[in-house]
Amino acid sequence: MSEKNYVVQMIGITKSFPGVVANKNIDFDLKKGEIHGLLGENGAGKTTLMNILYGFYRPDEGEIYIEGKRVKMRSPKDALKLGIGMVYQHFTLVPEFKVVENVMLGMDIVGQKIGLKATASLIEEQAKQLGFTVNPWSKVADLSLGEQQRVEILKVLLRGAKVIILDEPTSVLAPVEVAGLFNVLKQLVSQGKSIVFITHKLNEAMELCDRITVLRAGRKIGTLDKSEITSTLEIVRMMFGVEAEPALAAEVPRTFGKEVLKVENLVVQSDRGVDAVKGVSFSIREGEILGLAGIDGNGQKELAEALSGIRSIKSGKIYFKGEDVTRLGAGDLHVRGISYITDDRISEGLIQDFTLAENITLKDFRKNDMKRSLFLDWKKASKIAKEVIKEYELAAAKPNSLVQTLSGGTQQKLLVAREIGGEASLIIANQPTHGVDAKTTAYIRKKLVEKASKGAAVLLISNDLDEIFSCANTIAVIYEGKILGILDRQSATREDIAYLMIGVKRD
Amino acid sequence: MFITFIFASMLRVATPILLAALGECYVQNAGILNLGIEGIMLFSAFTGFLAAVATNSSLIGLLAGLGTGLLLGFLLAVLYVTLKSDQIVVGIAFSLSAIGFTSLYFRLLYGTTLPKLPVKEWVINIPELAAIPIIGRMFFNQPFLVYVSIALVPFFYYVLYKTRFGLKIRTLGENPMVADTAGVNVFLYRYIVMLIGGLLAGLGGAYLSLYQVSLFQDNLIQGRGYVAIAIVMFARWNPLKILGGALLYGVAEAFAGAIQALGYLRTVPAEIILMLPYIITILGLVVLARRARFPPAFARPYRREMR
Repeated sequence: MSEKNYVVQMIGITKSFPGVVANKNIDFDLKKGEIHGLLGENGAGKTTLMNILYGFYRPDEGEIYIEGKRVKMRSPKDALKLGIGMVYQHFTLVPEFKVVENVMLGMDIVGQKIGLKATASLIEEQAKQLGFTVNPWSKVADLSLGEQQRVEILKVLLRGAKVIILDEPTSVLAPVEVAGLFNVLKQLVSQGKSIVFITHKLNEAMELCDRITVLRAGRKIGTLDKSEITSTLEIVRMMFGVEAEPALAAEVPRTFGKEVLKVENLVVQSDRGVDAVKGVSFSIREGEILGLAGIDGNGQKELAEALSGIRSIKSGKIYFKGEDVTRLGAGDLHVRGISYITDDRISEGLIQDFTLAENITLKDFRKNDMKRSLFLDWKKASKIAKEVIKEYELAAAKPNSLVQTLSGGTQQKLLVAREIGGEASLIIANQPTHGVDAKTTAYIRKKLVEKASKGAAVLLISNDLDEIFSCANTIAVIYEGKILGILDRQSATREDIAYLMIGVKRD
Repeated sequence: MFITFIFASMLRVATPILLAALGECYVQNAGILNLGIEGIMLFSAFTGFLAAVATNSSLIGLLAGLGTGLLLGFLLAVLYVTLKSDQIVVGIAFSLSAIGFTSLYFRLLYGTTLPKLPVKEWVINIPELAAIPIIGRMFFNQPFLVYVSIALVPFFYYVLYKTRFGLKIRTLGENPMVADTAGVNVFLYRYIVMLIGGLLAGLGGAYLSLYQVSLFQDNLIQGRGYVAIAIVMFARWNPLKILGGALLYGVAEAFAGAIQALGYLRTVPAEIILMLPYIITILGLVVLARRARFPPAFARPYRREMR
């Protein structure tokens, strides 16, 4: 095992968190100059394993060798000194700081005690070498996500990394930017760097990686050389244990009931006080899924918040089952049967410091069947939580697990379970499958369609055309706060929708 | 006469607030809210007083206050950083217990006879220049610590915004995980700022008992530590603006002092006039801190093993 061409060898890594075993006896190695794909669905243990390699977590068991030498890392500082760098999925940049300040932080740890100006010229030089430009003096908050990612990569390189770990790097990028990133990574490899590429997107791994290691439920399933891979189905089976279900959700009912939601000329302001939703009108009937397609940031968030009662409305009307609910708040709307799946599960949807059972009952504590005289009925809450865990297959979770210990996909399922579990007659789902793996995505979509077929009205906000086409009966497109068109799914084509999403109306 | 009085005393009464606020500025920039600052000042005023009486030296008194501040800053850092206690609860409990502890021991030691303080050492006085009307005494007849505290302002500003050390401190308040993944030892640096904060609060407390009011009594600090916290917030964590805030407070306190000392406004109850500095502070908070952007990691202990 101690061959010279391995830069990293991890042997028998085990790591548990309270209530969850995230890694169980995993072996992983990285050859010099390769791109090694680390695949698995959400919660498979990919990020945890790499956090161990980056010194951020300490393994409970296992050994790590860097260039053949046994190392014990106590913090990322040790990893940096050994030439290991990591680009996190949620960037580790301070948005309020300038690019150069973000890069300079930690440079002294690898012996580069230089000032801002010297750092700035290093940034420009390194960026030029990789074929792009970055202004070291701009504020990170003013950069696009793609630009921020480039800053992250520069940061890692300038700290002297020879091994670069990238955690789901394409999740924040537009398709054009993905190609750019891949070029940069290929260039880095040709310069002798070695890369670990964490992803749950099979196509990307196949395109980019030399070898692929698949994790499932905290265990290593296997490592394959790209030349050995005959069909992608093989990897899908390794990732999910079975053949993945087809991504499509379900037969969609064609007959709709009464009108549930009616919106007239709604105008809503953003946090900055400008109109984000500029006079939209639409309606949704029982059993209907209205897919609201659009590129992020075109007023979807503000619309969803206005409809669920957590953002005030500047003008216009909202009717729910014929009643004017324009001025009602979230509590009143929830009682009437409107539920809301926010696109931000971490800070809006779930309370990270609460347990699973507490989060499940969060919106229903007023209900009589949750009470035992003056107190909440925790036995009942725990029972409901167990049912949800079983029904939604929440990996490795218990009713008393803290939500913060659950993986992203598990948290999302929990949020969906809470919002569509009750008797909601209108579900506002904003990006309900954002950042979750294919299997969970299919599951959540199936649940939404099921709910609609039982008579609920659903507003499905998404920037993912697959999602819109696999679930919606009717498709509306929002662009710069206005609805550019409402089309029937049967007659609309992807091309129609895609053009509307970028603001082009065709005749 | 009135104006001269205000000018002469405003710097002197602003000094303990300025010292404490400069320390707290680093503490808060690193993401810690130290409500124990009031207690540190009180303890240090007490130990400074004891040491000065025992050694007959006001300088040794100051050093004792400084040492007390360091020690208590360390103690609170253990609670805030290592044990990850709730900073608000611990800070308030500490400051309240400081009142009880110092009042009790002061009585046990001295009963009702007030000890005599030594002559103030190292007071800079240039009589010729101090004779300049109105502003002479303001600039040329003050304890050395007044000059030191003002000199610290640009220094603290420079270190915070222009050095690697300052960058690390500010990153801790923005997002400690960013610092951690950049190899910065979050715990070490949070200890360092707590030591700086403790040292300066201690110096401010000892200065108050030895150089400003020249006595010790129950609850001598009277909320000046909390005023310092408020000033840090409405100065938006910037040392230069903190100087402005401290001077504003200094003017208010000097004004209240001048009215009393010179016997103006006898019909207004003294309590109303003594409230002035605090009212100014509240107004400052309401007007200036309303839209302040707090450090995102403010008052939150850092744990690495969270997802």
